[in-house]
Amino acid sequence: MKSQHAVEQFLYKQADLLDGKRWQDWIDLFAPDGIYWMPPDASYKTWDGQPAIFAEDKNLMTVRMNRVLHPDAWSQRPLWGTNHVVSNVVIEKESKAGDVVARSRFHMMELRRDDVRHFAGSYQHHLKKAKGGYQIKLQRVDMTNAQAAYDYVLQVWV
Amino acid sequence: MLREPISDLSKCVEPDRVRREVYTDPQIFELEMQRIHERVWIYCGHESQIPKTGDYYTLQIGRQPLLMVRGSDGSISVLYNRCPHRGNMMCGDRHGNTGEFFRCSYHAWTFRHDGKLRSIPMMESGYAGTRFGKDNPDCSMKKAARVENYRGFVFASLSPQGPSLLEFLGESKVAFDDMCDRAPEGEVEVVPNCFRVIQHSNWKIFLENQLDALHPSVVHQSTGRAAHDVEKQLASKTKKNRGEKGQVPLSYHMLSAFATVTIDKWDSFQTLNYPGGHCVLAGYMGLRPQDPDTRAYDKIMIKKYGQKRFEEIVGVNIHHVLIYPGLSVQSPLQQLRAVRPLGVDRTLTEIWHFRLKGAPEAIYRRSLAYYNLVNSPATLINADDLENFWKCHQGLSSDGGDWVSFGRHFGRDLEKDGHIETGPNMGTSEAPMRGQMKAWAQYMGNGR
Repeated sequence: MKSQHAVEQFLYKQADLLDGKRWQDWIDLFAPDGIYWMPPDASYKTWDGQPAIFAEDKNLMTVRMNRVLHPDAWSQRPLWGTNHVVSNVVIEKESKAGDVVARSRFHMMELRRDDVRHFAGSYQHHLKKAKGGYQIKLQRVDMTNAQAAYDYVLQVWV
Repeated sequence: MLREPISDLSKCVEPDRVRREVYTDPQIFELEMQRIHERVWIYCGHESQIPKTGDYYTLQIGRQPLLMVRGSDGSISVLYNRCPHRGNMMCGDRHGNTGEFFRCSYHAWTFRHDGKLRSIPMMESGYAGTRFGKDNPDCSMKKAARVENYRGFVFASLSPQGPSLLEFLGESKVAFDDMCDRAPEGEVEVVPNCFRVIQHSNWKIFLENQLDALHPSVVHQSTGRAAHDVEKQLASKTKKNRGEKGQVPLSYHMLSAFATVTIDKWDSFQTLNYPGGHCVLAGYMGLRPQDPDTRAYDKIMIKKYGQKRFEEIVGVNIHHVLIYPGLSVQSPLQQLRAVRPLGVDRTLTEIWHFRLKGAPEAIYRRSLAYYNLVNSPATLINADDLENFWKCHQGLSSDGGDWVSFGRHFGRDLEKDGHIETGPNMGTSEAPMRGQMKAWAQYMGNGR
């Protein structure tokens, strides 16, 4: 029960950082070798050496963050914002050291200019026990619409 | 007040400018589909997308839903995705395997992989003495008028007349030669994933951007700079650790080149503009590094082709080849974008990556990085292009002006052997857009 609560709090915090556009704080949740991965299809088993919508280490996350913050990132100029809800948190595995594999579901509403869009899917977090909480070794994001045509560009992490 | 329709399309295009309605008028769009897309050679897909008997992939040419299917004799047919009985769509999934034959989900008519009628339930009792049956071609699935395959890339034309595929491609066939020749086995195979991204703009806006050498340093500054900063940090870190020149993944260079190649430098890259609107932009990324991966690949290639032919193959210096009106190929990175107009202001791009058969894994991974970072739905580059395309389309829908200008370096094009080269230090010339609109006017005026 204790780790269930800790994991849930961690996931809520991560979602809050995204919605608050606190990109550096969000990146800091990852372990030094941590990976953020969004496969194009649920059947994929690994991020390595395959087509991926996102497959980013912390260096690439930094590129994405600095791009978004650049004044000439034209597509970032209009009004936009997100709202995440994370739920259905299930701990799949927990090691003696306290490392955890957790699955959850998310729903995200995005506003861009005057348009509202909805995204939904599942997260799988591979979390490493760290001082005062967790670090993300791997976050897998499966979009429900992963195989559909994208009517937009995903600008930042979901 | 209703706007007067454009009665004379030939008045829409002048050598250095184009009427805005060409991009925004839904009636002109319908005519384009009939007179251009549903007549010329359009890319269907690569044969490796459908390796097994019964494998199919659906696609759209102009307004027409089609499918590409592998027959039991290995041949590929391109058929209208439609049952000849009551018009029901035959394959409702985007791709899959149809088994030994097509079977309509409505009344169970079945068809061979080449579209020919195979059976109708109770055919004898229901159709004896009628005009319907196996001998009536109207009872088979209709085929695309012409299908041709060049080095594994399958094209179809919905018009029985017109030039052959190779005549149509002309010099732009270099896109496929450059891609396949770089494979030690002389051919490529598809990486089985298609990124599909919709642009909220007219299809021509995308094509015109492909060889617009002025835009990258304006539009992609944000990503270029951000990647350049991380690239520099990584280089100094690796150097400190290993005491040698750092090997930063080439993907950072691919991104930072958008910022580090300055506007004046873009002017030094040449564009070649061919009849029919096809054009080539020379390479600028300098993708001939001397790292261990490249050296290993070079060794395999030299063994296969010999030094002289190897030098010829890797000496081909191309960034983009645009095959008008529907395909943008980046041959040295083995990827392509097929353009499927969905409406006057909606355009689907289907983006594929290919593996060089016989090349080391590291070479595949190098171009994969570009595919993921530049061409995925989370693209760090095209995001800002799509924003501009949308803004372009919005502006052209307004009464703020009648014309789109393609006047940069107009009058200074060099004509040579039937094609137009941009002059020295005129790489940012709008000659490619002028060439595309010239082809457009020819197709549209030619209402056969």
